[in-house]
Amino acid sequence: MSHTIEKPTDITIPSSSMWAKLPVLGGICAATGLGATLAMAFGEHQARAMFSYLWAYEVWLAVALGALGWVMIDQIVRAGWSAVVRRISETAAATLPVFIVLFIPIVTVGYHALYPWTHETDAILERKRWFLSTPFFMGRAGFYLLVWAALSIYLYRMSVKQDAAGNDDMAKARISRSIWRFSAVGIILYVLTQSFQAIDWMMSLQPHWYSTIFGVYYFAASTLAFFAFITLVSMGLQKAGVLKKAITIEHYHDLGKYLFGYTIFWAYIAFSQFILIWYANIPEETEFYIARLHGGWEWVSYALPVLHFFVPFLYLLSRQVKRKQLLLGLGATWILLMHLIDLYWLILPNFGAHGEGHHEPHLALSWLDMAALVGIGGVFMATFGWLLARNKVVCVNDPRLPESLAHENY
Amino acid sequence: MSESKIWGLLAQYENPAEIYHASEKVRDAGYEKWDACAPFPVHGLDKAMGAKPSKLPWAVLLIGLTGSSLMLFFESYTSGYAYPFIVGGKPLFSLPAFVPVWYEMSVLSSCLTAFFANWIMSGLPEPYHPAFASKAFERVTDDKFFIMIEAEDAKFDLEKTKALLADTGATLVEELKP
Repeated sequence: MSHTIEKPTDITIPSSSMWAKLPVLGGICAATGLGATLAMAFGEHQARAMFSYLWAYEVWLAVALGALGWVMIDQIVRAGWSAVVRRISETAAATLPVFIVLFIPIVTVGYHALYPWTHETDAILERKRWFLSTPFFMGRAGFYLLVWAALSIYLYRMSVKQDAAGNDDMAKARISRSIWRFSAVGIILYVLTQSFQAIDWMMSLQPHWYSTIFGVYYFAASTLAFFAFITLVSMGLQKAGVLKKAITIEHYHDLGKYLFGYTIFWAYIAFSQFILIWYANIPEETEFYIARLHGGWEWVSYALPVLHFFVPFLYLLSRQVKRKQLLLGLGATWILLMHLIDLYWLILPNFGAHGEGHHEPHLALSWLDMAALVGIGGVFMATFGWLLARNKVVCVNDPRLPESLAHENY
Repeated sequence: MSESKIWGLLAQYENPAEIYHASEKVRDAGYEKWDACAPFPVHGLDKAMGAKPSKLPWAVLLIGLTGSSLMLFFESYTSGYAYPFIVGGKPLFSLPAFVPVWYEMSVLSSCLTAFFANWIMSGLPEPYHPAFASKAFERVTDDKFFIMIEAEDAKFDLEKTKALLADTGATLVEELKP
């Protein structure tokens, strides 16, 4: 029951910990990974390098976008339990502005190598030309990126401003109200931009194909990736001596519930997409799955429902698993790994499937995948670590923090 | 009146904190056949009562999986063997087409199990309970909190149990007839 809970005092990253070194470590990863990928992108393996790049970009963007969406949902519903980990997600979302810079190679070096509709044409593409045209595509991309940057910077700034509000309860409540109002509008922009981003940047890799649920599919994948990420980061921070008492097994339990729930949601959406296409059997829709049932991709296609759904579903079903840090950490790691494979399966089968040198897509890993993943991951983690060390790791003046500290699952 | 004619003791408390602490004391005294009643869920009361984790999830899991497997078997048997009929040019055994019903049946069997197993485990329906005879107990749905200890409990002793309940801050202790 009620016992007084002290505000946490271990709320800054110790300068000796790995977290404080993230900007440097991430910078090294970014320089090597991105350097290698982009160097190859100017050579004969341009298309392969850019597909790896796009994949890595979407993998990390998913984490940041998942964070942005969750922060706003949290604020809108005035969630109490999560206040203790919300600064971590605000920080993850606040990395979104760097994705503007990271996007540039996709629309410069990789533009034609990635998107066949930029230089090919046929009857179907002509009908879609109003949407898939360079000016409109660029305009939309700019809009998404700016919206995300604006949303995430505002949320992060206001939250940090609240830290400085001291004992002025009125000021704190006023800031929370502003964030609340802002999020209610922001969430609409978020849903539209993140859906259309998935349609523009991934669905149009195979421009004849369309699936109206594709935006939701990416939302499911991104939220799932984010919850796995925040679970692991919270554990890592506690290892480094931050928020040692503030984040309890009760919070992990709830994060575990989200992981479990979104695993089901992902499977539901993925299956909904599949069964409609399978049942209707229309050529321009089935081409997506046909490409993924040949050349080695069939193994990934059959493995995904099992490893991305049944395994984590049965694993996370038990309350006992969600309430043990080690077991939950393993589950989160597994889900993050599946997220990589899921997006790989969405993007990579399109490599070489169009234009000159057209061939049947086949599954072939490349060292460029790892280079791009480490490179963009380095940029993401460096920004994340830099922002995390700049401010307190918890929203100390959030009016809902006491509720979160006392949180318990009944 | 002899002790065997008594069903148990009923104690009344005024607020959630009182019944919470009283439950802790009754639990620590080693009683097992007793219950706490409140007009609304009192958070953490199950812990204060020392209630063991419910076995309900196991029943749901077991029967849910059974219902789920039976449905998949039923679909495969009817569509693939008993009444082979080609629909939409799909193979007779078309797993994707079976999934929605398979999934719904898993949900349905789990939900019904959760609902009915909860009734059975809680001993419902129970049209009469000795506590209904108490006038004071009527306010359990309003603003009072109650603990009742059954006479069948191994540790039950009319005078000692009464003393214990009075000691926990009960504002009223009544004897309940069967």
